[in-house]
Amino acid sequence: MKERIVITGIGLTCPLGNNVNEFRQNLLDGKSGITHQEIRHMGKVAMGRCNFEETLYQSKKMRKRGTRAGAIAIYCAHEALKSAGLNSEALDTSRVGVYIGVTEHGNVETENEIHELYNQHNKDVSLWSHHHNPRTVANNPAGEVTLNLKITGPHYTIGAACAAGNLGPIQGAQMLMLGEVDVALAGGVSESTGTFGIFAAFASQGALGHHDDPALATRPLDKNRNGIVVSEGGALFVLERLSDALKRGAKIYGEIAGYHCNSDAADFVLPLTERQVECMSKAMKHADLTPSEIDIVNMHATGTQMGDIQECEAVGGLFGASPNTRINCTKGFIGHAMGAAGALELAGNLGSFEDGIIHGCHGIKELDQKCALPSLVLETPVPAPVKTILSNSFGMLGINSALIVKKYQP
Amino acid sequence: MQQVQVRDAVLAIIADIAMDQDVSGLNDELALREQLDLDSMDFLDIVMELKKRHKIDVPQEDYTKLATLKSCVDYLTPKFKQ
Repeated sequence: MKERIVITGIGLTCPLGNNVNEFRQNLLDGKSGITHQEIRHMGKVAMGRCNFEETLYQSKKMRKRGTRAGAIAIYCAHEALKSAGLNSEALDTSRVGVYIGVTEHGNVETENEIHELYNQHNKDVSLWSHHHNPRTVANNPAGEVTLNLKITGPHYTIGAACAAGNLGPIQGAQMLMLGEVDVALAGGVSESTGTFGIFAAFASQGALGHHDDPALATRPLDKNRNGIVVSEGGALFVLERLSDALKRGAKIYGEIAGYHCNSDAADFVLPLTERQVECMSKAMKHADLTPSEIDIVNMHATGTQMGDIQECEAVGGLFGASPNTRINCTKGFIGHAMGAAGALELAGNLGSFEDGIIHGCHGIKELDQKCALPSLVLETPVPAPVKTILSNSFGMLGINSALIVKKYQP
Repeated sequence: MQQVQVRDAVLAIIADIAMDQDVSGLNDELALREQLDLDSMDFLDIVMELKKRHKIDVPQEDYTKLATLKSCVDYLTPKFKQ
C-alpha cells in the first residue's frame, strides 16, 4: 500500500466489556457475555447485550431522540478519540471522516412504531413519529456521531451484512490513502438485539442458537452447535496516516497491512468456500504476506452447521501447512455482533501484539472433526509472538471480507 | 380546564421534552427557545404530545403560537375546553 495507515485509537462496547482492555481480559479468561432475555413475540432467547452508560457522552434528550445504534456509535467514537489522545475540539473536524459498517439499520425503530400503531394508536398514522425518518435513514449511527462531536467531514454507513465490521475500517483506510480526510473514525455497530424480526428470521431458517445454558447457546466449531446468537455492540478505530501519527507521537496499536472484499454471486444466504479462499488469498497478496507469515486467523465462524464447515475448509486449505498460524473464533464468547462483529473481533485480538497471547474459542465441548483445524486454539489461550492478524467477516448475499493488520514496525 | 391547569399540562410536556433542563423557573412572557435548548424537532414533539395526551391538533400555521408559555396557554385554553 502506498500510504501506511495505522490504528491509533480503539473505542468499543460489547457483551464482554466497555473498553478494549476489559474485553481482552474477558476473552483471555474464557468468559461468556451471552444471557437469556425476553424479546417481543419471541419470549426468552439467548443474546448478547451491552452494559455501557448511554448518556455518558450525550444528553438524555438526544439519546431519546436518537437510536440505540447511534448511542453505541457515540460512545465508541468518544472512547476511540480518548484512547488516541485526540480532542475533537482541537481537531480540524472538516478533515475527520466517520465510516461505520452496519448489517442493517432501521428495523428496531420501525418494529417499535408499528407495534405502537397497532397496539396503542388504533392504526391512526397521524400519531406516527416524526422521528421515524431521521432514526431509520441508513446513515443514522454515523450521522449521530457527527452531530454529537460537531464533526463536519464526511459521514456515512457501509451496509455490508455481517462483513460490515471489516468494511468500515477498510473504507476509512481508503479515504485516508486518497487524502480525503486526516482522521478516520471507522468500524461497525449493531443494535440488532432490539428487533424480534432478526431472531425470528434466524429461527425460521433453523439457524438461531439455543441452549438451556445461555453461555452455550452459540458454539462455533462444536459438533452440537445449533446456530447464531444475535448480539449488539460496536467498535470504532481511530485511523491515521503513519506520518501524521508519528508527527504527534501517537501510540500505534497496529497497521492496516492489506484487505480484500469480494462477492460469491451464488446464493442469498449460503457461503461459498472457493470465494472465501480467493478473498483471503487476495488480502494476503495485497499485504505482501504468505500464509505462513499470518500468525492469527480470526474466523467468521457464526456457529451454523454448514457455515463453519465451509469456512474451515477455506482456512484449512490455505493455512493447513502453516503450523505457526493459530486460528481462533470470537462469537462463542459474545455472539454475533452483526455489523460490529469484524471490528470487535479484530479489537479483541489486537492485544496479542503486546501481550504475546492468542485467545481461544468458547463453548467447544466436542470439536466437530470437520472443523478440526491443526492450529486451532481451543479453550486455553496460547503464548506466541504475534506480528500479523487476518480477520474474516462474511455476510448474506455472498459478501466476503478479509482484513489483515500487522504489528507496527518502523 | 382553567388557564392554570393548561399551563401545568403544557409545562409537563415541555419538562418531558427538555428532559436535561429545569423548567420550574420559566418566564411565561419570554420565548421558550430563549430559555431552553429547544429546536424544531422539540416543537414537533410538543405538537405530537398535545395530540397524544390531550387529543389537541395544532395546525402548522399555528406553530408560532407555541412560542412562549403564555402564548401556549392563551392559544390552547379554548382547545382544552372543546
